[in-house]
Amino acid sequence: MKLPPVEYEAPRTVAEAIDLLAEQLDEASVLAGGQSLIPLLALRLARPEVLIDINGIDELSGISATDGWVAIGAMTREYVAEESGVVADTVPLLAAALPLIGHEAIRSRGTIGGSLAHADPAAELPAVARALDAEFVVRGPSGDRVIPAAQWFEGYLTTARRPDELLMEVRFPAAGRDTGVSFQEVARRHGDFAIVGLAVSLALTGGVISDARLAFAGVSDVPVRAAAAEDLLVGENPSTELFDEAARRATDDIDPPADLHGSSEYRKTVAAAIVRRGLRAAAASAARGSG
Amino acid sequence: MPDITLRVNGATCAGSPEARKTLADFLREDLDLTGTHLGCEHGVCGACTVILDGRAVRSCLMLAVQAAGSEVTTIEGLAPDGGLGPLQQAMWDSHSFQCGFCTPGFVVQATAFLSDHPDAGEQQIREALSGNICRCTGYQSIIDGVLLAAERNRER
Repeated sequence: MKLPPVEYEAPRTVAEAIDLLAEQLDEASVLAGGQSLIPLLALRLARPEVLIDINGIDELSGISATDGWVAIGAMTREYVAEESGVVADTVPLLAAALPLIGHEAIRSRGTIGGSLAHADPAAELPAVARALDAEFVVRGPSGDRVIPAAQWFEGYLTTARRPDELLMEVRFPAAGRDTGVSFQEVARRHGDFAIVGLAVSLALTGGVISDARLAFAGVSDVPVRAAAAEDLLVGENPSTELFDEAARRATDDIDPPADLHGSSEYRKTVAAAIVRRGLRAAAASAARGSG
Repeated sequence: MPDITLRVNGATCAGSPEARKTLADFLREDLDLTGTHLGCEHGVCGACTVILDGRAVRSCLMLAVQAAGSEVTTIEGLAPDGGLGPLQQAMWDSHSFQCGFCTPGFVVQATAFLSDHPDAGEQQIREALSGNICRCTGYQSIIDGVLLAAERNRER
């Protein structure tokens, strides 16, 4: 369908954008890459009175590494992050997830901040942010706030960003050299939303798992950490039996939604399978990295 | 309504689209470039794919006003002399079309992909085209056509 009538503002600076947000509050939607918001408008699932287009704000784009963190500006396009050497070297889990987002033409426009502010629980980037404990920097009339990923995702398409705040950047912790990662997903076709997805990061120290991070996409209204499985894994040597038990614990207390792509039971079975797959792949890449 | 100026297929174009008008509708209705097709109008089918500043994008997922100052190539721009471009010829030779509705999106997406990945093999081409939907061909003949274009391009 065609988009409904809507007012349009294109601020050139963050300060202008925040002033506009403060004036419009709940009537405004922030337009970044548009790869989720434009379909929501076309389908009448969103009816903002005004679009605040932040594509012209240069200071919101860029990737920089400092002090063990990689900061990615909210308007940084997904293809730019995908092609970034800094991301590939420093946040390998993000690098693994990026090629799985939509299709090439979607990543040409889609942005890191846009996907994370949209907060679709079946999308790749929310699971990566949750697994790595990324930090979200928002700016509003009363200044900056830094929100940890554990508090950012509040519900389906809902984040801790207040209506008068703008997402400025997302910071991801740099991975150690002994870290192995894997992003697993099962989808109907390449590029489709995952039926279930999983972000895995494992650190091995002297062959023993010293850090384990698992976050599911598509099993709840927010990305979900598999804390019981993480607790089990830390301090152990990687083995098939260990990963089987981790898959059981990771899926014991999830209750995935059912839809036409799969029943809740099916999603649970897939979730357990990709935990085993993801742990094997991450452990293998960690062993290569530290060896 | 904001006035915009952009380059489309090498020519400077201007217009005053409503804010809500997508780039796809602007190309079709205001510039009469109806080769860009609209299937789903929400970013799923790929029929409306155009090249914006060197990259394939869905023209139904951006506003016309957002294309101000950009360089856009549509299907009309890929064979400016009215003949067939090399990719179009290879797809013709491989019977890559049936009803033809999805064809502009496939040709544009494949053009952008091959210009960045001239040595692409079948698997990469399949992935690159996986965001475009065709309801007739079963895709095999489309993949064949793009592979043939890539081979001919390497031989030249």
